[in-house]
Amino acid sequence: MSPRGGGDRSMVPEAEFRSYYGRPIVRPPVWTHDIASYLFTGGLAAGSALLAAGGQATGDATLRRVGRTVTLGALGASTYFLIIDLGRPERFHHMLRVAKPTSPMSMGTWILASFGGVAAVAGAAEFAPLLPSRLLRRVLPPAGDAAGYGAAVLAPALATYTAVLFADTAVPSWNAVHPELPFMFAGSALASGAGVGLIAAPGKPARRMAVLGAAMELAAGHRVEHGHGLLSEPYRQGRPGKLLQAARLLTAAGAAGAVLGRRSRAVSALSGLALLAGSALTRFGVFEAGVVSAKDPKYTVVPQRERLAAKTEVTGQP
Amino acid sequence: MAEAHPVGFQWVIEAKKRGAKIIHIDPRFTRTSALAHTFVPVRAGADIAFLGGVINYILSNEKDFREYVLAYTNASMLVSEDFQDTEELDGLFSGFDPETRAYDQSSWQYAGQQDHGQEEGESHVDRETASGLEQESHGPPIPADVPRDPTLQDPRCVYQVLKRHYARYTPEVVEQLCGVPREKFLEVCEAWTANSNRERTTALVYSVGWTQHSVGVQYIRTGAIIQLLLGNMGRPGGGVMALRGHASIQGSTDIPTLFNLLPGYLPMPHFQQHETFDQWIDAIRHPEQKGFWADAKAYAVSLLKSYWGDAATEENDYGYGWLPRLTGDHGTYQQVLDMIDGKVKGYFLLGQNPAVGSAHGRAQRLGMANLDWLVVRDLFMIESATFWKNGPEVATGEIVPEQCKTEVFFMPAASHAEKEGTFTQTQRMLQWREKAVDPPGDARSELWFFYHLGRRIRERLRDSDRARDAAVKNLTWDYGSSDEPDAELVLKEINGYDLRTGDLLGSYTQMKPDGSTSGGCWIYTGVYADGVNQAARRKPGSEQSYVAPEWGWVWPANRRTLYNRASADPDGKPWSERKKYVWWDAGKGEWTGDDVPDFEKTKPPSYRPPEGSTGVAAISGDDAFIMQGDGKGWLYAPSGLIDGPMPTHYEPAESGVRNPLYGQQANPTRKVYDRTDNLTNPSAPDSRAAVFPYVFSTSRLTEHHTAGGMSRQLPYLSELQPEMFVEVSPQLAAERGLTHLGWAHIVTARAAIEARVMITDRLRPLRIEGRTVHQIWMPYHWGGEGVVTGDSANDLIGITLDPNVLIQESKVGTCDIRAGRRPSGPGLLAYVRGYRLRAGLEDESGK
Amino acid sequence: MGSNSLYGPIDPATDAGYVDPPPRMGFFTDTSVCIGCKACEVACKEWNLVPDDGFNLLGHSYDNTGGLSANSWRHVAFVEQPFAGDALAEAAGTGTQFLGMPLSDLPGKATPGPRGDFRWLMMSNVCKHCTHAGCLDVCPTGALFRTEFGTVVVQQDICNGCGYCVSGCPYGVIDRREGDGRAWKCTLCYDRIGDGLTPACAKACPTESIQFGELDELRERAARRVEDLHEQGVAEARLYGHEEDNGVGGDGAFFLLLDEPEVYGLPPDPVVATRDLPRMWKRAGLAALAMAASAVVAFAGRRG
Ligand SMILES: Nc1nc2c(c(=O)[nH]1)N[C@H]1C(S)=C(S)[C@@H](COP(=O)(O)OP(=O)(O)OC[C@H]3O[C@@H](n4cnc5c(=O)[nH]c(N)nc54)[C@H](O)[C@@H]3O)O[C@H]1N2
Ligand SMILES: Nc1nc2c(c(=O)[nH]1)N[C@H]1C(S)=C(S)[C@@H](COP(=O)(O)OP(=O)(O)OC[C@H]3O[C@@H](n4cnc5c(=O)[nH]c(N)nc54)[C@H](O)[C@@H]3O)O[C@H]1N2
Ligand code: SF4
Ligand code: SF4
Ligand code: SF4
Ligand code: SF4
Ligand code: SF4
Ligand SMILES: [Mo]
Repeated sequence: MSPRGGGDRSMVPEAEFRSYYGRPIVRPPVWTHDIASYLFTGGLAAGSALLAAGGQATGDATLRRVGRTVTLGALGASTYFLIIDLGRPERFHHMLRVAKPTSPMSMGTWILASFGGVAAVAGAAEFAPLLPSRLLRRVLPPAGDAAGYGAAVLAPALATYTAVLFADTAVPSWNAVHPELPFMFAGSALASGAGVGLIAAPGKPARRMAVLGAAMELAAGHRVEHGHGLLSEPYRQGRPGKLLQAARLLTAAGAAGAVLGRRSRAVSALSGLALLAGSALTRFGVFEAGVVSAKDPKYTVVPQRERLAAKTEVTGQP
Repeated sequence: MAEAHPVGFQWVIEAKKRGAKIIHIDPRFTRTSALAHTFVPVRAGADIAFLGGVINYILSNEKDFREYVLAYTNASMLVSEDFQDTEELDGLFSGFDPETRAYDQSSWQYAGQQDHGQEEGESHVDRETASGLEQESHGPPIPADVPRDPTLQDPRCVYQVLKRHYARYTPEVVEQLCGVPREKFLEVCEAWTANSNRERTTALVYSVGWTQHSVGVQYIRTGAIIQLLLGNMGRPGGGVMALRGHASIQGSTDIPTLFNLLPGYLPMPHFQQHETFDQWIDAIRHPEQKGFWADAKAYAVSLLKSYWGDAATEENDYGYGWLPRLTGDHGTYQQVLDMIDGKVKGYFLLGQNPAVGSAHGRAQRLGMANLDWLVVRDLFMIESATFWKNGPEVATGEIVPEQCKTEVFFMPAASHAEKEGTFTQTQRMLQWREKAVDPPGDARSELWFFYHLGRRIRERLRDSDRARDAAVKNLTWDYGSSDEPDAELVLKEINGYDLRTGDLLGSYTQMKPDGSTSGGCWIYTGVYADGVNQAARRKPGSEQSYVAPEWGWVWPANRRTLYNRASADPDGKPWSERKKYVWWDAGKGEWTGDDVPDFEKTKPPSYRPPEGSTGVAAISGDDAFIMQGDGKGWLYAPSGLIDGPMPTHYEPAESGVRNPLYGQQANPTRKVYDRTDNLTNPSAPDSRAAVFPYVFSTSRLTEHHTAGGMSRQLPYLSELQPEMFVEVSPQLAAERGLTHLGWAHIVTARAAIEARVMITDRLRPLRIEGRTVHQIWMPYHWGGEGVVTGDSANDLIGITLDPNVLIQESKVGTCDIRAGRRPSGPGLLAYVRGYRLRAGLEDESGK
Repeated sequence: MGSNSLYGPIDPATDAGYVDPPPRMGFFTDTSVCIGCKACEVACKEWNLVPDDGFNLLGHSYDNTGGLSANSWRHVAFVEQPFAGDALAEAAGTGTQFLGMPLSDLPGKATPGPRGDFRWLMMSNVCKHCTHAGCLDVCPTGALFRTEFGTVVVQQDICNGCGYCVSGCPYGVIDRREGDGRAWKCTLCYDRIGDGLTPACAKACPTESIQFGELDELRERAARRVEDLHEQGVAEARLYGHEEDNGVGGDGAFFLLLDEPEVYGLPPDPVVATRDLPRMWKRAGLAALAMAASAVVAFAGRRG
């Protein structure tokens, strides 16, 4: 959807366009910040689930325990945010009436539900010793292990489907960045998971995960912010621009701290916090950039006009 | 038209789709202009000059439809030598008396008939009672033979008189006076004339942009003159059509709510002019005159029989003595001033909201606040029912609710959907309407209310032997046995019966002057022909001819186009194949065609009346205008109009422009109520006119209805236009520092009101006489009650009326406009007073 | 689901699984005869019991509705425009020209001074009942469905107000109602057309600006109308949303406009987002793989 073949264009000249009293053409999302929070907590759940699975696989019980617990908490929060943002929360279960491949939200609901199922078992396994039932105490840990791997398999889907959720809309700046957004969100989810690791049980895997996640997020983010001409503009300007800039700094600092602060528990924890905050701000920034792009008719009209002009050039017909 | 008659406008669109050219002439660019090919901005109040220019164009280029004009108009008739035109008398016609501001019309007559003209005393009474036009509709006293010059060369023939009168209305003058560029004006002239001939006709549609002027009637006459000159009357696709307002406003003049008329356009008797029954009858039929009014006695007697039944006898002149009499001006505006003066004690207000809708809102409210009692019947709690507690005068301290002595009785009314009956629309068509739902709560129909009110009064008077109660006691008052009177019985009573057989009449020609028939409105006779409610017919257009005679019923005699004899040439042959409508079938010896012929069915075109005949027999075979005393369409009105035989441009009562044509600034016969509570802004040449430097006009928005009772109470309409606003041009906004959507207030000698500013290119300043004239525009729909509220434009307007029909000049006035809100509370009065002082309308002592 | 189900020309009712559905019904809104009476707005509200939309003077010429919303399923736009008539355009040999660009401005803000002619455009907007409806595609509950007439309708007993459809619509039509929480929009009077009645808005329209009928027939009629207008010298007349190969596979409600779509608040070249959905999932899959791989790399070599 980028106007000029997707090339980098940091300087977009003030666009001349016409509209109806400057009113939006596409409707700005009715979603509130709950959805941005949902994105963050969902990503966090996914990242922590991977962390837990890694801990499980490498025999790092602390990582596993922390990972599974945070996953469980983040899962609860994201479910809450998702439901609370509905116009009719009591009808949440209507989401489960159908499974619709054309609806990322429907797919996402099923991903979330499946992930929720396994993550809950994995989380519960951590609390098995505290349970009164002997049977549960016996069955849960191995089931939890299986569930932990299951959650890890589903986690990347959970972290990236939300990118499709945003991209598959008429919101100009969300839709335009659909090639990179999943990477940005995947990186962001990894980084947040790593952040949890850095705080609870700093170690090499968490540091590596932090670096890899941050790198992915920043690289994809760079394309989002610069690769789509006019439609990248909202990611750089105004409030969303500030949010994303802060997110970038925090993420970069978090990653740097993760590597350089190896020796210090405090620096590690701070780095973890920075990664978490960066991840959260990324989602808020992306969310708000989309809203801005929907509110200003410029972002609908100008790229579409350019697209039409390009078509005319090709076909020689209006 | 698109704004106020959107459903009717579909036919304009239909015509446009088929290639018709649409021209819209209006002070501002409206939804109608948006769909027109050409929009011609004109200064409000200057249309007579514009139309006069068209007449001049037609006559000086000989574009008139000569054969038609010769045969069917009075073009060839010679005017009295005593007649002097405005061109000679600087804006006055001969016979003006500055004392009474009325004309002695003798000199306006045709040659040799000066003594038939209205004398001054008579026309003074006519002016008082707005009865002049009755003379026209009944035909003035004109004997059948008038000297004529068929060559149209005689300088005294109407054609030449007209030509001289309009010679000064050149395109240059039109440009100067109306602000219409010459090319645009000529474009209109060319389009109009090119579309008017044997093959083509042009219809003229007007509404209250033309009527609400101190020269309103003459506006319409100018249009009618053009249509006659171009042969557009009585022919399909032609005519002059008033687009009506309220659903049955046509019906309310046919069976009038007007003080000076009785049903079927019979005049309300005047206590001096019509002392006796015979005087009254003769004043209608003019025994020596030709035309169908000769049978007026049959119509009048039938009316009285329908009122008083068996009590109306030949001996008591059919109860003529029980009819009320006019003693002067009892028009609605005079009454309101009388209320202020304490002369009116009680008042019934039905389906009207004068506190918002009538000119001079302050006077309306202060008048009603000075009554003993007031009955309001309405669908909603409107401003006219709540003025004593919520009106603007409560804020200024002029009305103190605790002290206001008016006792208001509010009676909820059933709406049109909640009762049955007929509406008569603009084409004179009656359409029966079924009741769709029961009225809510205590709401009742008007019929119910008046029936039971009458019933109760009659019960109280049963034992009275006072003479004055006889009129009420003797009324026929029988409309079925159920609580809700039977509306079909009312329609039957209007249609009339043969009292000997009890059969319903089929046509007004069956009416008798001997008391053997009844009929509540002679022109409606036939609506129940054959015992069938003809108004209820709804045969689809696809199942009948294009004239659709079987949809509803049109008075008179289900005739769809009046004077349609003129659709054939003098020999009775259609003017053209394309425009054939009604013609003479020589073989059968009768008139035939698509419509009911507006002519005696078997009277041949060659018929010439014998010497000395009168009435119907005197109508010649080529007298197409059969209700006129001379059988002709009038280019020149030898009598009947209060303000002159030919329309003449006068400036509005309030105008900053000096009349460029005559020394006479405004209509000399306009009705002025000169009182300290009804001041008029100074006009040019008075330099103090500059205190109110702008022209304003008021009219409608599609989204609202009149005084707002039926639209501001409804959320779905209110949201579409939620606030009172004022439209100004960008240039005026710059001049006065107004900002889009900001507040402004508008001031006249009467009041100041506030509104939100709408800056729009749809309003443009005009160049008049070399200077810029700014026009501003306001809707008049707002008041203090309802879902959305705001100040009323009518508070700005004073009471100045057209002398012929007493319509108020609400389409044009002068004002000032300033940024910001108006003062509130008593400060408002002081603020307006400041303007009056500066305008010299009041001195420091308050006089 | 056919190969065209996400994009391109299809018959939506058949695609949705109706066997032998009735002809596809829709609207042709001819703005060249719209008189801005707003009867369509009111009739729609009366029939569908839509609540009022607030009482706000917007100053957008005579438009105080602002746009389509949960509480306004028809919206009449008003555009005041200085306009050089055909004569000028002919003289310049460049087709229609506009003197100034007042459209993103409030009325009257254009530079004062001599002007050519002036025009006032009015247009009644409505849901497009897209062949490929973004709203319907993304609805996670199935509340939005395709009717046998090829139209798109919300089932109010199912909608849970997730709001996704709102962002899914490339025309900014469907909206969530405050206080109610569900999504609302034009139903193309599903309850009327099923009984053979004309939709309320079209029925009320005095000038036949809104024409209801079989979509195929409407498209032919519209093509003729544009031709007629061009012959009458209205060179700027153009159709919008009628082509089957546009970004939404053709609009069930299409328009004749007298200026560019964006002037009326319409997107110039809308594309249903789901056109790219397979690609989006692919990218998401790649990202997911990358994420998984990163996790593996992070823990690699630490077998304990
Ligand atoms: N929506 C709606 N429809 C209505 C009504 C309503 O209130 N709302 N009211 C009904 C009623 S009661 C009536 S009487 C009719 C009235 O119907 P119209 O007469 O059409 O209504 P108005 O809008 O009052 O005035 C028409 C036009 O006259 C213009 N005008 C003002 N002064 C002059 C002038 O000197 N010369 C010329 N050429 N034009 C002038 C005004 O700018 C305005 O555009 O409408 C009926 N229909
Ligand atoms: N400045 C300015 N003033 C004007 C005009 C203008 O153009 N400019 N136009 C003038 C014109 S043409 C007109 S017609 C007047 C209109 O002025 P009004 O007649 O005073 O105003 P409406 O609001 O039409 O009042 C009609 C009332 O009747 C009620 N009603 C409706 N149906 C029924 C019924 O069946 N029974 C009863 N009892 N009540 C019913 C309605 O609720 C409404 O309150 O305004 C005039 N005033
Ligand atoms: S309100 Fe009634 S009378 Fe007026 S245009 Fe509409 S349908 Fe006709
Ligand atoms: S216009 Fe929008 S709301 Fe209407 S069908 Fe298309 S996508 Fe859905
Ligand atoms: S808001 Fe309702 S109709 Fe819209 S997508 Fe969600 S469930 Fe479907
Ligand atoms: S089709 Fe029905 S629901 Fe849709 S806008 Fe028209 S009236 Fe409203
Ligand atoms: S009803 Fe028809 S003419 Fe009136 S605004 Fe709507 S589309 Fe335009
Ligand atoms: Mo009226």
